[in-house]
Amino acid sequence: MSKYVIRQVLILIPVLLGISLVLFTILAMAPGDPFEELATNPNVPPEVRANLRAKFGLDDPIAVRYLRWFVSMMKGDWGFSFVSRVDVDTLILQRLPTSLFILGSALVLGVIIALPIGTMSALRPYSLFDQIATTFAFIGFSLPTFFTGLVFILVFSIWLDWLPFIYRADISATGWRWYWEQLRQSIMPIAVLGLFQGATLTRFMRSAVLDVIRLDYVNTARAKGLSEKTTVVKHVVRNALIPVVTLLALQVPGIFGGAIITEQIFRVPGIGSLLINSILANDTPVVMAVTFVYSALVVLSNLVADILYGWLDPRISYR
Amino acid sequence: MATVALPLRDAQPRTSLWREATRRFVKHRLAMVGLVLLATMAVAVVAGPLVYRVPIDAIDFKAKLKAPSWAHPMGTDDLGQDVLARMLYGGRISLAVGIISMLIAITLGVLIGAIAGQLGGSADHVLMRITDLFLSLPGLPLLLLIVYLFRDSLRKFLGPELGVFILIVAVIGGLRWMTVARLVRAQFLSLREKEFVEAARGLGARPVRQVWRHILPNAMGPVIVAATIDVAAAIIAESSLSFLGLGFPPDIPSWGRILFDAKDNLDFAPHWALFPGAAIFLTVLSINYMGDGLRDALDPRKVLGGK
Amino acid sequence: MDDHGIRELLGEVRRGRLTRRAFVQTMIGLGLTAPMAAQMLASAGVAQAQTRAPAFTPTRRGGGGALRVLWWQAPTLLNPHFGTGTKDLDASRIFYEPLAAYDPDGNLAPILAERIPTVENGDLSKDGTSVVWQIKKGVAWHDGKPLTADDIVFNWEYAADPATATVNIASYRDITRVEKLNEHAVKVVYKDATPFWFDAFCGNRPIIPKHLFAAYKGGQSREAPTNLKPVGTGPYRFVDFKPGDIVRAELNPAYHQPNRPFFDTLEMKGGGDAVSAARAVLQTGEYDYAWNMQVEDDILRRLEQGGKGRVDVWAGGGVEHVQCNFTDPSKEVDGERSSLKTTHPVLADVAVRQALNLLVDRASVHEQIYGRQGQATANFLNAPSRYRSGNTRWEFNVDRANQVLDAAGWKRGADGIRAKDGKRLRFVFQTSINAPRQKTQAIIKQACAKAGIDIEVKSVVASVYFSSDAANPDTYSHFYTDLQMYTTNLNAPDPQSIMRQFVSWDIASKETKWAGRNITRWRSEEYDRLWKGAEQEMDPVKRAAMFIRMNDLLIQHVVVVPVLWRNGVGAAANRLRGIAQSGWDSTLWNLANWHKA
Repeated sequence: MSKYVIRQVLILIPVLLGISLVLFTILAMAPGDPFEELATNPNVPPEVRANLRAKFGLDDPIAVRYLRWFVSMMKGDWGFSFVSRVDVDTLILQRLPTSLFILGSALVLGVIIALPIGTMSALRPYSLFDQIATTFAFIGFSLPTFFTGLVFILVFSIWLDWLPFIYRADISATGWRWYWEQLRQSIMPIAVLGLFQGATLTRFMRSAVLDVIRLDYVNTARAKGLSEKTTVVKHVVRNALIPVVTLLALQVPGIFGGAIITEQIFRVPGIGSLLINSILANDTPVVMAVTFVYSALVVLSNLVADILYGWLDPRISYR
Repeated sequence: MATVALPLRDAQPRTSLWREATRRFVKHRLAMVGLVLLATMAVAVVAGPLVYRVPIDAIDFKAKLKAPSWAHPMGTDDLGQDVLARMLYGGRISLAVGIISMLIAITLGVLIGAIAGQLGGSADHVLMRITDLFLSLPGLPLLLLIVYLFRDSLRKFLGPELGVFILIVAVIGGLRWMTVARLVRAQFLSLREKEFVEAARGLGARPVRQVWRHILPNAMGPVIVAATIDVAAAIIAESSLSFLGLGFPPDIPSWGRILFDAKDNLDFAPHWALFPGAAIFLTVLSINYMGDGLRDALDPRKVLGGK
Repeated sequence: MDDHGIRELLGEVRRGRLTRRAFVQTMIGLGLTAPMAAQMLASAGVAQAQTRAPAFTPTRRGGGGALRVLWWQAPTLLNPHFGTGTKDLDASRIFYEPLAAYDPDGNLAPILAERIPTVENGDLSKDGTSVVWQIKKGVAWHDGKPLTADDIVFNWEYAADPATATVNIASYRDITRVEKLNEHAVKVVYKDATPFWFDAFCGNRPIIPKHLFAAYKGGQSREAPTNLKPVGTGPYRFVDFKPGDIVRAELNPAYHQPNRPFFDTLEMKGGGDAVSAARAVLQTGEYDYAWNMQVEDDILRRLEQGGKGRVDVWAGGGVEHVQCNFTDPSKEVDGERSSLKTTHPVLADVAVRQALNLLVDRASVHEQIYGRQGQATANFLNAPSRYRSGNTRWEFNVDRANQVLDAAGWKRGADGIRAKDGKRLRFVFQTSINAPRQKTQAIIKQACAKAGIDIEVKSVVASVYFSSDAANPDTYSHFYTDLQMYTTNLNAPDPQSIMRQFVSWDIASKETKWAGRNITRWRSEEYDRLWKGAEQEMDPVKRAAMFIRMNDLLIQHVVVVPVLWRNGVGAAANRLRGIAQSGWDSTLWNLANWHKA
């Protein structure tokens, strides 16, 4: 097993290199540049934009630009943002804590909702409970987050006036007040994201439990006289977790990648909003750094999922 | 166990299996509800504009943001355009994009996941790393690039509307198969070692047959869930594409786009957002019911075991 | 009244036989505006009236609590010389100040300057080739060092150096030299007569400190730590900055104006969207001011019913306009479309362009979409008011458009679309993605359909549309469609640069990597001559007449169809006072005077 892990981790290096090359090519070839606003301002002559392009090396061939990026990254230099001219790692580190807090909490909330509700739905399929859970889950992922977020704002901020809807990374209060303010401003973004993820996960959990519950060994376990509760927890849920683990492995890197729309709505200064603004401004060094770290996390967490499969179902072996 | 006997009964004609599945599907009450619902919507969006002949882009500022009435059964938007006409017209695009993109994503995902899970080893490794690559691609620049590279040539060969349609379903489907692939592969890894598959293997079933008759039907659970979620996601993704100018021209109102346009008026004209939201919800709901029915109908133990 | 008549009157004022007020009244009677009259007086050597100072009631510094403002685009850097967008320039103005700002009428308001240069006080040379700036004494940077003439000289050196790559280079490169006369005066010498001498060091080109930037001139400009931690002379000093998110500042206890500023702390939060920013000010009152409310007026009016704030509107200089392509976007010549070697098969016919001009329903676009955000206009050049033409009219008239097209021989086909000699009236009409623009497109498309013109609308994501990417055919400067629409802004109270958009030597083409500014590819000798003349004309009356004639040429030939003269729109808390927004300067130009009632 450990040999397998080590081998896989070693293989990751060329894989990540390949991914970085593909990412860079896409970013370099994608149209647009960081100087949109200079265009409609007649006081800025076009030469200024040409000069800036040349200064940032935007007119060099892609291969040269990639090599330059790669060499400096190897030296630990992630480059600087074309837009804010700040080092990319500083920008990312400024936003990481907020992203981790909001998206991490949302993921936990989603799992807390999904596991019990999904399991209970599956144990009594088509019951009233299942029907209600199903309906809510469908509303959950039929409506995009830009919409649910707005509904939350209208209800809780504007009509009820309970919660603020503009997230501030540095609240000026201290002590208990700080926690209270932090809680108040975090509830809505976490809920919007958590409910969306919870809705999705609930459906997968229900389906996975339904699949497992019909398998032979569950009947065997029941036949052996194990109590229903033990059967469910020990045999059903554990096996049903395989698709759920797969999904979580796909969502955990998202904690770093951010939630673009939700962050935009609530003005959460997370990595998602950094990424989207950088993409819209064609700020290649920032986009490259964020997506590259993100892809490293994708590869890693999928590897972790593969290892977890073996633990959830010992019969799965790796060759 | 009935399943173990399966490979031996090769002589049995396959048609009866499918007929049996169809019979079960038809008997599945919710599945039929879903089918009728989806068919109704499909008929409405295809035939609706022929019957309900209000133009989708007739601007009438005197009638803007009006609540539903006899003149405008679903009310009007902020240019005084008839929401029902727009819903019917846009529904064609939304339904088609939602379902076809979902089929592309699911087909690709199942294929790649199944190959990776069944073959294992280096094939699995290569496929999973490709999956990782796709997962980590930044969507927006990629979309801009694809549109930039292919829009004009597709327009030339297929005409503006079909060209854009193909581009959109290819882009949405092509960027959403990874989850399905990972899920299917995980199911395969687990199912491959289960008793009934081992038994089939022991009895000399060929790998393709093992997959087709034994593993795949049992791996369909998460696939069906993913499919229903993908339909909703594709309908919404299409609207964000057109919002970025990458999708259909801005004057074509798809459901997701109507919902987006309506959002800033939510507190004053809730009807405008209600109808597209409900339409997406009903589509997803009906597809899910059909999915549930499909799974029950295809369940191999049910077919032969006759519970 | 002609040139001579006006000159006579000016002489009367100078000799004291006519009061300033009477002169201005006479001019207004002639259809001119107060600012124009004021500038005439100034250049004729009559002392300028004091800029109207916005009422400021607080009697001591500080005590106002927190000021919270929302910019839905977040500032990303705090060096005004690098600000690529309004958001950055605005954020910089919290800390940095110019010698003079442009007030709402387009007049100069002294900030770091002791007085405004005029011919009369001898600071402005008669021939317009040099200007002396007297610098206010006793101004200190936030770190305690005094502001001196050296700082002004340095700003010119810094910005004019191409290696520094500032966005302001155009304002500084035509300066031959900046001389230090004494610790508090500099003389700026220009190559040629420069009627727009109040460009450098004014408005959005504030002064940065030499002692902190001197080591970072040229190629190292990016590495200056002060790029992110500004040390200026402004009413608030730096506390914290997170690019793309928030700027925080606190009261500057040593500010050079008495009793100012009012607020103890200032927070500028960025990001999100315009509608929710409006909600935060108008409906919940979480914030005191929100910038640039690009939201349909209907929505703003409903949000205003929240009662917490009001919508603040002021005149600007931007114009939303439709451009006609004079070259053929469908034919490729030497690797470029819309090449100068071609002419547009249909739009070259002036009748078609005239019909288009009749088919843009400016009233509906104004009333139904933009509301207070602008006004319908027949002119490309609308502001400052002394440059606005009174010779033009606009009309929305589908019948007349039909007549014009009929008369020109464009016959309706079986499908209702007009054609002539096998060429159909079918246009691709592009713009950037932005809800009001898509609605305007819909309105124009519908009217055109009634006149037998088929419009295919296209919208391009703004970051691509406005990019300078020579390889991308979808940018506004490639103009590979028949029609397009966007707003050109006028960010200073002088039209020379905005009118450069139509001179024949600056055409966007493959040769110049589409960096040229003449995007319609229209050419006119008369226009060229006028523009060159205006560049050095020191007589404000003659110069204004030249710009008016340039505008009239554009309208007569229907090179562009002006749609809307844009206003600036913000949202302010009910109690917020002293904002006095100017269309020519930053939203925060008057920040020192902001206070709460």
